[in-house]
Amino acid sequence: MRDPLSFRIFRWVVITVVGLFTAIPLYVLLTTSLKPLSDVQGKFEWWPSHMTLRPFVDIWSTVPLGRYFANSLIVCVTATFFSVLIAIFAAYAVSRYRFRGRRLFSGAVLSTQMFPGILFLLPLFLVFVNIDKTLGSTVFYQTRVGLIVMYMTFTLPFAIWMLASYLDGIPKDLDEAARVDGCNAMGALFRVVLPAARPGVIAVAVYAFMTAWGEILFASQMTNDTTRTLSIGLQSYSTQINVYWNQVMAAALVVSVPVVIAFLLLQRYMVAGLTAGAVK
Amino acid sequence: MVVETVKAAPRAAEDPPPRPRRRRLSGPRLTPYLLVLPAVLLELLVHFGPMLVGVWMSFRKLTQFFISNWSQAPSAGLANYRLALDFDGPLGKSLLHSFQVTILYTIAVVLISWVVGASAALVLQRSFRGRGLLRTLFLVPYAMPIYAGIMTWSFMFQRDNGLVNHVQKSLGLGDGQSFWLVGNNAFFSMAIVAIWRCWPFAFLMLLAGLQNIPDEVYDAASVDGAGVWKQIRYITLPYLRPVNVVLILMLFLWNFNDFNTPFVLFGPTPPKSADLISLHIYGNSFVSWNFGFGAAMSVLLLLFLLVVTGLYLFLTSRRSRRA
Repeated sequence: MRDPLSFRIFRWVVITVVGLFTAIPLYVLLTTSLKPLSDVQGKFEWWPSHMTLRPFVDIWSTVPLGRYFANSLIVCVTATFFSVLIAIFAAYAVSRYRFRGRRLFSGAVLSTQMFPGILFLLPLFLVFVNIDKTLGSTVFYQTRVGLIVMYMTFTLPFAIWMLASYLDGIPKDLDEAARVDGCNAMGALFRVVLPAARPGVIAVAVYAFMTAWGEILFASQMTNDTTRTLSIGLQSYSTQINVYWNQVMAAALVVSVPVVIAFLLLQRYMVAGLTAGAVK
Repeated sequence: MVVETVKAAPRAAEDPPPRPRRRRLSGPRLTPYLLVLPAVLLELLVHFGPMLVGVWMSFRKLTQFFISNWSQAPSAGLANYRLALDFDGPLGKSLLHSFQVTILYTIAVVLISWVVGASAALVLQRSFRGRGLLRTLFLVPYAMPIYAGIMTWSFMFQRDNGLVNHVQKSLGLGDGQSFWLVGNNAFFSMAIVAIWRCWPFAFLMLLAGLQNIPDEVYDAASVDGAGVWKQIRYITLPYLRPVNVVLILMLFLWNFNDFNTPFVLFGPTPPKSADLISLHIYGNSFVSWNFGFGAAMSVLLLLFLLVVTGLYLFLTSRRSRRA
């Protein structure tokens, strides 16, 4: 059946307005990264009149982008891995066992999502500084380890919640059958339940990685020049005299493309995970 | 985070009724506790421990002289709180201002993001040519790292070489010399950037919700002669209620605690019109090094969010019980 005229007009308006709103910044990002600095500093132009790939070469030497990249990669991959692993255990317990304190656990974990990040930043700053002082070496403050530990917990509550909802949708007969066949709890979890819950696990992993990759508040206070991640490193393309906008855009593009592609490839799992969580 | 998000679904409410315990699955009683142990330890270490330290800090005179020896900081009693809540004093006045800006910002961003996200989800739920491409495009702002998107907007808002002034001038709406990142304009610029980042998440969640509505309901409605708009009004929106409850709470908390947008657009000291509360506390703590006062403001912020969230969950759950 054909949609009525009013709905077709509505569709046309929404697509145009929302499409332009979404696409124009992306277009600016792409084209600016292809302009020489002199053009970027002048009047805005829609189409690069002297197109060049130079900014994509220069970004690596203007600031230590390679190091920032490596830092972000190490921190985010490690944090994602452990966050997902710990979330799997916790979600399995919440979904499959009725134990004393279960409600308290879920409630406490979820309530942390409400806390403003700034509330933890000040105490953690002091705690990390003081632990390091006591130990006499830098373990947490301004190190990758400190960031990894923090990023793990940021994503953990949402990960546990999303995964537990997902596991609820997987029939318990599956684990029971595995137990009958001689698996213990861990065996049933890793051999039978997890393969069935793969979309949920992938969704959680994507979410955890994206959160860590884009985190700014803690990265701004808890890193130094050698441990700086991309989120803060990218802000160093401005000097007293110049902002290298073309390089800023080129670098932004370089750090975005892998994440965006990964997200778009895996987004149907993300939708599956969100649906399992939100609709219940 | 993206998504400094929140989930407050009362899971325990759906516990199945007690049923005969099966020995095979119950296993050793210790197992569930061992399974949640790593999560509990980490949460204590990074969330609950620091929170207690934060509350303790808020009762101390924790200025730069005591940073390296903070347990020795002298007690401040309620002085930090009195300072924060004294709306006639300069510190209290600026906190109140920052709070008002944050409320206004949150409401505007959540409302517009929801409307845009819902419109796009409704349009894209029905199949037409180019749907897949649009869907992909719409998700890009959400998938991009936060700072990359905000920096792009920051460039577009530049006075001399930005797109916004260029467009403004070519449309004859001004001389193209406006400042967008200082003064009162900064608030609107910041809100636009946040909406750009936020609405695809609403779109994603609502699209997921739409896919859960059984086709038969629509079929039955159209047999009864209900057109598209009637179907949206009487089927789609009511069915989306549970998604909306969670989504709006997430968007609210996410934007209320937003630090990223103003920090990347303006740096640690934003224009007055864009002084969001997270950045306000950050500035008072790390720029003027008054940690005790910063902690007191954080605790007040947390109390406010607890009350609002509790009230919201109470109201939404009561309404759905009555329905």
